[in-house]
Amino acid sequence: MKNEINEAHEAVETNSNGNDSESKERKVVVPGEVIVSGEDFLPGEGVARKGDDVVAMKFGLSEQVGRVVKIIPLSGAYVPRRNNVVLGRVIDVLYNGWLVDVDCSGNAFLPVAESPRFIPQNEMDQFLAIGDVISAKIWSIKGRGIDLAMKGRGLGKLEGGFMFLVNPSRVPRIIGREGSMIKLIKDETGCNITVGQNGWICVKGESTDKEIKARNAIKFVADKVHLGGLTDQMEAWFKKN
Amino acid sequence: MTLKRSDGRKANEMRPMKAKVGIIPNADGSAMFQFGKTVAIAAVYGPRKLHPQHMQNPSTGILRVNYDLLSFSVEDRKRPGPSRRSQEISKVTEWALSPAVNIKEFPNTVIDVQIYITQADAGTRVAGINAASMALAHAGIPMRDLVTSVAMGKLDKDLIIDVNKDEEDWDVGLGATDFPIAKIANSDEFTLLQLDGKIPPKQVKESLEIASKACKEIYEIQKKALKESIGGDE
Repeated sequence: MKNEINEAHEAVETNSNGNDSESKERKVVVPGEVIVSGEDFLPGEGVARKGDDVVAMKFGLSEQVGRVVKIIPLSGAYVPRRNNVVLGRVIDVLYNGWLVDVDCSGNAFLPVAESPRFIPQNEMDQFLAIGDVISAKIWSIKGRGIDLAMKGRGLGKLEGGFMFLVNPSRVPRIIGREGSMIKLIKDETGCNITVGQNGWICVKGESTDKEIKARNAIKFVADKVHLGGLTDQMEAWFKKN
Repeated sequence: MTLKRSDGRKANEMRPMKAKVGIIPNADGSAMFQFGKTVAIAAVYGPRKLHPQHMQNPSTGILRVNYDLLSFSVEDRKRPGPSRRSQEISKVTEWALSPAVNIKEFPNTVIDVQIYITQADAGTRVAGINAASMALAHAGIPMRDLVTSVAMGKLDKDLIIDVNKDEEDWDVGLGATDFPIAKIANSDEFTLLQLDGKIPPKQVKESLEIASKACKEIYEIQKKALKESIGGDE
């Protein structure tokens, strides 16, 4: 079976390290804790400046790349961002589109114009019915909800395989730098894996054994997200299992 | 001044504390905090969509706190369900936690904080606030700081910290005074000041100083519990 790279390819923050040339300092910080002191440093995401100090505004791993200090969250609900690819489940069919649950604060809406071909109104549920799982891209986030888009490579209805959840903050690590980690898992297990930024992951393989192995591999990465050198550890794990 | 407390503690000595984060895997964030025999558990869910819709605030997210004693937490079984006391404590806890949380960027959402006391030996609301503070951080909610909380009290004329049930029921002389406070950990901002009893104004200042020092200790315990929760779990 072909290994299709069906994944969330977008601006993934370079969270995987261990093979870096730049030295990144990382430590676990709590809100209010001073990460570093000095006027030179620029506060990034989840971080603010208080006088001379750069203070954490979230619980997570502080990362210092050059002058920019930011927080990588290690827990918590998914915060939707434009252009993220997410997985969702259809919960309602409306006259002009579908309501999709993507595990966020608020439902997402997929307009009927996003379907690849023209669909008359009374045949909408033949294309996507309540309960179907789709992978879609977040097009915009307005006050009233999230708009989804589904025209794109690798997006669309997901059939077959099984789905499971991981904490959304682990997803960048699971994907790896430029998809390296997830590609390794796909190559080793021969499965189609679709990873949504909201933590939903769909695995479809030739056999249930291979699917379970892929799932275990992903859980292995998710648990060890704060350590370095994971790609090597992953290769070692595959040799053993 | 050698003050004799029923459990042998000094006036400025808190009960042994314990804290753990991540005890409820289903929740977005969760934590437990213990003052002596008082145990509080907090679970945080959110940000998520707020129902009923009329409570939604289009300019910010809101905190919704629910505090209660579990039936078996006290010697005389507490009837399940909200009481006037639990409603009041829920409200003041919400006011104690809100200033620390930055939720303007999540309009129309709610962050549900559930606090339950599994064993009550006085100081439940302050234990609840400490637990909720860790749970909120664990849930990845943007916060400018943790909230630390402790109950001051008086035995007749002497100030004591972290009263237990016997000391709370003291009724000799001026009687007992219950003075729970909460503050932003790394600042001088107090977010909870409640008084049940009598206290001269001069002693208020002294109490706040003692409490601030104790809160530093509590902050270290909260920090440690949060940091220890990373390390292979979840």
